[in-house]
Formats: sequence, C-alpha cells, structure tokens
Amino acid sequence: MSYDKPLPVPDPETKPFWDGTREGKLMVQYCASTGAHHFPPTTFCPNAGLERPEWVQASGRGKVFSWIVVRHPVPKDVYADAVPYAVGLIELEEGCRMTGNIVGIDVDAITADMPVKVVFHAVTDEITLPAFEPA
Amino acid sequence: MWALRDKYAIGGIGFTAFTRASGRTVRSLASEACIKAIADAGLTPADIDGIISFNFNDSAPAMGVATEIGVPQANYAVDFQSGGNAANLITLAATAAIEAGLAKNVLCFRAMNGRSGFRLGGGRDMSAYGVTQFTAPYGWITYPQAMAMWCRRHMIEFGTNAEQLGEIAVTFRDNAVLNERAMQRTPITFDDYINSRKIVDPFRMLDICLESDGACAVLITSADRARDMPHKPVYIMGGAYGGGPNQGDDLFDAIRWPDHSHNAFKYIASDLWGSAGIGPEDVDVAQIYDCFTYSVLMALEGLGFCKEGEGGPFVQGGRIARTGSLPLNTAGGLLSEAYIHGFNHVIEAVEQLRGVAGERQIKDAEICLTTAGAMTCSSAMILRN
Repeated sequence: MSYDKPLPVPDPETKPFWDGTREGKLMVQYCASTGAHHFPPTTFCPNAGLERPEWVQASGRGKVFSWIVVRHPVPKDVYADAVPYAVGLIELEEGCRMTGNIVGIDVDAITADMPVKVVFHAVTDEITLPAFEPA
Repeated sequence: MWALRDKYAIGGIGFTAFTRASGRTVRSLASEACIKAIADAGLTPADIDGIISFNFNDSAPAMGVATEIGVPQANYAVDFQSGGNAANLITLAATAAIEAGLAKNVLCFRAMNGRSGFRLGGGRDMSAYGVTQFTAPYGWITYPQAMAMWCRRHMIEFGTNAEQLGEIAVTFRDNAVLNERAMQRTPITFDDYINSRKIVDPFRMLDICLESDGACAVLITSADRARDMPHKPVYIMGGAYGGGPNQGDDLFDAIRWPDHSHNAFKYIASDLWGSAGIGPEDVDVAQIYDCFTYSVLMALEGLGFCKEGEGGPFVQGGRIARTGSLPLNTAGGLLSEAYIHGFNHVIEAVEQLRGVAGERQIKDAEICLTTAGAMTCSSAMILRN
C-alpha cells in the first residue's frame, strides 16, 4: 500500500537533512563564526553575512520543549487511523529545536522536559522520517 | 514608530451577514461590504481612490472589487500576502498611503468563504515544500495544531489551565448572545466548555474560533474629511505592526522562535503605546484577536495589561466581562461572532466608539484597542472617539 501522509519534498537547502535520515543520521547546521547550531536549514548562517553553515551530525538526544496530542484527524481520511498521536517540539542537545512525532510512549504520559532520543522510520525508498522516543 | 496620531479616522463601516454557506463569490461579499462602507461614510464610489485587502487563503483581489463597485481610478490598490496578523496593518497602510499623497479615501476590506470555500487547515496537499517539510510529515498541519504547541509551552512555564481558557470562551459567548450579527448565540457554561470535544490537546472545540463566510470593510480618510461625514469619526490614535527575531517564512515556521511563552505582541507593545501616547490603563474596551482562547492571554501579556505568565489569572473573576474593568470582544469575537480574519474586530470597535452597540454597548467607551495576529507577527491599533 502506498504511503498516504504528507511527504517532504527535499530542496537544495534541505536535501542533506533527508539524505542523513535515510542513513540513520540526524543532521543539523553549524555556524563556525557564531558557534551555534541551527535548524531548519538555511543557505546562509544567521548573523554571519555570506558565510555558509556546515552540516554536522547531531547526537539525536534532546528533551521535550512542548508537545501536542492530536485527537481529531485532519484530513480525516488520512489521519483517522493515526489518532491519537503526539507531535513534539524537541530541544536537541546542540541547542536548536526540531519537530517530530513522539513515539514509544502513551500520549498521555508525555511530560515537559522529558529526555528523548531520535529513531528513524523509512516510509518510502526516498524518505525516512525522524521521530523521538523516551531516552 | 507610526507617527500620525489622530490625523486619520475611520469614516465608514460595512459588513455582510456572517454565515456557514454564503452561496456567493468572495468578490461579491467584498463588494457588498465596501459599497455599504462607502454609503456609511456618505460618499460615492467616485470618491474612492485607494483599496487594500489581505489574502492569505482566499480573498478577492482589491482591483477586482474596485472594478465591481465602480471606483473610477484606484491609485492605490494593494493586496497584502498576509494572514490575520495584517488585520490592523492594512488600516495603518491606508494612513501611510494618504499621508504620502497616494490616495485620499481608502477602503480596507477582508472577505472570505472561510467555511463553504477554502477552509484553513483542511489542507489536502500531500507534498510538503519549504518549512512544511519539518511540520506536515508529522501530522502537524492545522492552525489549531500549531497554536496548541504554543499554548502547551505557556502551560508548562506558567501553569495556565483549562479553567482560565474556559472563562474566555464563556465570556465571549455571553457577549455574542447580545449581538444579532453573531453566528453562535446560544449561551454556554463552563461545563459545556470543558466537555466540548478534544481536538488537539490542550485545545477543546470551544477553544477554537469559528469558520465563516462573510466580509467587512472600513473607509479610512483624513480626520478633517471624517468630521464632514455622517457619523462621529473614530480616530486612529496609535498603531504598530511587526514581530521579534526569527519570525520565519510563514505562520507555521516557529521552530526557531526563541520562547513560545510569548508572541509578537511583546515586541510591538512599546511602539503601539508610544504612538498613541497612552498606556494599557487608559483602554476602556478591547477587541483581541481570539483565533484561540489562548491567543487572548498572549496579547494581554505582550501588551502589558499584566505580567508575562499572569494572563490566566488576569482573565478570571469577571475582569474581561462587559461589567468588568477591561471588557473584551464585546461582539463575541472570532470564537463566537465570526472569523473574518480579525477584521470584524475593527467593525465592533467602531460601533462601540460610535456608541451604537445596543445592548452590548460599554458605557462611555472612549478608547478601544484592537489586535490582530497570534504568533510571530502581529498588528494592533488604538482607536478613540
């Protein structure tokens, strides 16, 4: 059965991220001038002129900054079988944030600042989505 | 900082019925509201030379509306690619256009078939481009889902709770009961709120605004011209638009926003109050952008009505009711009147300051705040009579 949920369409800025997840690596950007990691990716480092960020592998560990639990599916036919599901805004150890589903735990048991680590789910040949489970 | 205090005014207002199924084109809704606003100002289409709208999701092009209503020469016809954050920006843009000599009498409108046509958050696109690559594939798609993430963070930081959100929902519905325009006029209790269906934690159905078909329009002109119009002028005392660092590509691009326990209002507050020369304590009544109950807390905190984190306790105990010290959303708001992307708040502000709001009139209201937006970009105005 074909995958029926929204799929990312990688572009020149995001391709290294999706190439990374396919290889089981969580990639984020790093700016040598400011020493800051950032995400989502951009072509230029924030506050560093025309300097280009480099891609580095994140540890995959972080904590739950905020989260939601979706109970009413939208679009209904696409998510009817998926609810309830949780989406987390995860603060990575490197200092930047990233979103992903929180899995491997009852959605009602998720708590603020809960430690999590990344896991990877290949949903098509091209796309592997990161998710986060309790660490 | 906007520097045109009391030089411009709202001289006319117009609006359609707010419904679930207009059975009409969005342009015809816009045209009806604009024709009514022109007549309300005692003008004819020949007097109009500017027209502005904003068009995130659906709308009608400003030029198309000018054509339908018979504006002979629209010198400033502009559509802002913006969402609800622009509802108080287009009026400020009108004052700037007039001040610059680009136009004299400018219509500002918002029109949408937001229920029967393009439903925000009903997205069917299974290809996620741009920043949505990092949201939609995880089933983080709709605006309720987006704002629930912010609200949760506020709860984590400050202990904000459902009792506080529920008081907002119940209070605004109580106002809508007295408003013949409102789409939801059946009174609700806190039990109704707490028992309403969970949509996306921490939001229930009654935390979330309506979906509406309809249009609203206002006529912006100079204070001098407004004084010759049929109604008491409503002067624009102050206004501000913008946000802080890391506003992102669009309303969903909040991953880099530094602290989700406050939103853009924190960053525009000093310009807003500075432009008007007043402070929060001078406001008699306010129309706060309530796409969600929670967004009211963000505006109250950001604009300094209370300290950051204290919005929840602030709205409890009747303070925001019609009989309270800071009556909010006297027409029922986006939660219970209609969702015309925040522009219906401007209509209600004008009616309050004209003193024609009937049973829901706030006695001796002289200064009304309106706000628009709820995430990384916002606008606001201070109006007076």
